[in-house]
Amino acid sequence: MKKETWKELTLGTINLNAGNSVQNLTGTWRSGKKPQFIEDKCIQCFFCWLYCPHHAIEVQGEEVKGIKYDYCTGCGMCSEVCPPKEKAIVMVKEEIKLAERSSK
Amino acid sequence: MAKLKDLAQMEDRLVAGHGMCLGCGIPLIMKIVLRATEDPLIVANATGCLEVCTTIFPRTSWNISWVHSAFENAASTIAGVESMYQALKKKGRIPQDKKVKFLGIGGDGGTYDIGLQALSGAMERGHDIVYLCYDNNAYANTGGQRSSATPVGASATTSPSGTQSPGKLQRRKDLTKVMAAHGIPYAAQASPGRWKDLYNKAKKAFEVEGPAFLNVLCLCPTEWKYDEAKGLQLAQDAVDTCVWPLYEVENGKYKINYKPRKKKPITEWLKPQGRFRHLFKEENASVIQRIQKEIDEEWEELNRLAGFSQQK
Repeated sequence: MKKETWKELTLGTINLNAGNSVQNLTGTWRSGKKPQFIEDKCIQCFFCWLYCPHHAIEVQGEEVKGIKYDYCTGCGMCSEVCPPKEKAIVMVKEEIKLAERSSK
Repeated sequence: MAKLKDLAQMEDRLVAGHGMCLGCGIPLIMKIVLRATEDPLIVANATGCLEVCTTIFPRTSWNISWVHSAFENAASTIAGVESMYQALKKKGRIPQDKKVKFLGIGGDGGTYDIGLQALSGAMERGHDIVYLCYDNNAYANTGGQRSSATPVGASATTSPSGTQSPGKLQRRKDLTKVMAAHGIPYAAQASPGRWKDLYNKAKKAFEVEGPAFLNVLCLCPTEWKYDEAKGLQLAQDAVDTCVWPLYEVENGKYKINYKPRKKKPITEWLKPQGRFRHLFKEENASVIQRIQKEIDEEWEELNRLAGFSQQK
């Protein structure tokens, strides 16, 4: 990202680009574990959507469809609140190569 | 009655990409509260975790008008915005039927301590605003110093536990009651563990005319030092042990929204949290007894107030 100087900044550093933080990919923080979505076990209760702190649950129409790994930090809240006996979201091991992470 | 499925269809007013911790409780609260009104919303934010993490210049996670001025004056800022809206309406520059809602947000540091004076003033002047406090019991943004919302026995960086002290010695301030004492139309206490209750309270707060105050318990894995995945259980235990009773005060009348069928012992709430770990040593047994006794007293007092309100 090119840094702006005082000549380009808006007066009072007002940010006119609402919601532009979507460019911050918080998924790069994930270390060691990631959630895995198993669609046929999902009962569409939307608890994972509610309790995900990083807005990483993908909702298409009226259904939970998966996980946005670009934003998922791997905290495990979604898997913990998933109500079915056989959970529709399970945490799995993830190996991350450091070089891969830094290039993102 | 709102369903999560329907709420999920609504546009996100706080979007992804913010820098809050793993398992943070703030986005859960905001997801519900920002959806409790369909009118346009203007937010004033006190300095704190939410402000710092969502607006790292040149980026912002807010999809709506948002303003931050200083730590202590989120309530005065939003009160000023509301006054301007009323003035422009009177002058005819904003259509009479255009409805806008105003929300001030602060953490427990910016509300219980630093912003209390500004908040008290705004409530007394009767602006049509909602003030939301997310209470995570410490100044988590600056490294976990104690605030006046920190409970007895909690170890914080400025009230550390050790051989000479069992953590914080003083009782926490009961801010919801302080706000109710202003005689405002609506003050309530909620927890993200019971989202329907939180949604209903936020909706009510936006609907009442005049100032409304919401105090919401906020999970904080960083300062409470628990396994971040287990947050929901903890939020429910806070309610079931009566550490954080769910109640509302409508025009001076107390109403308890949830009574646990069987009150859990306080240790259920203390055990998973690292900040209370030292209390389980032999020499600190008296502190746990003290906490249990104080919680019981507060719960009894609340029941008395609610019972008294029913008789009236």
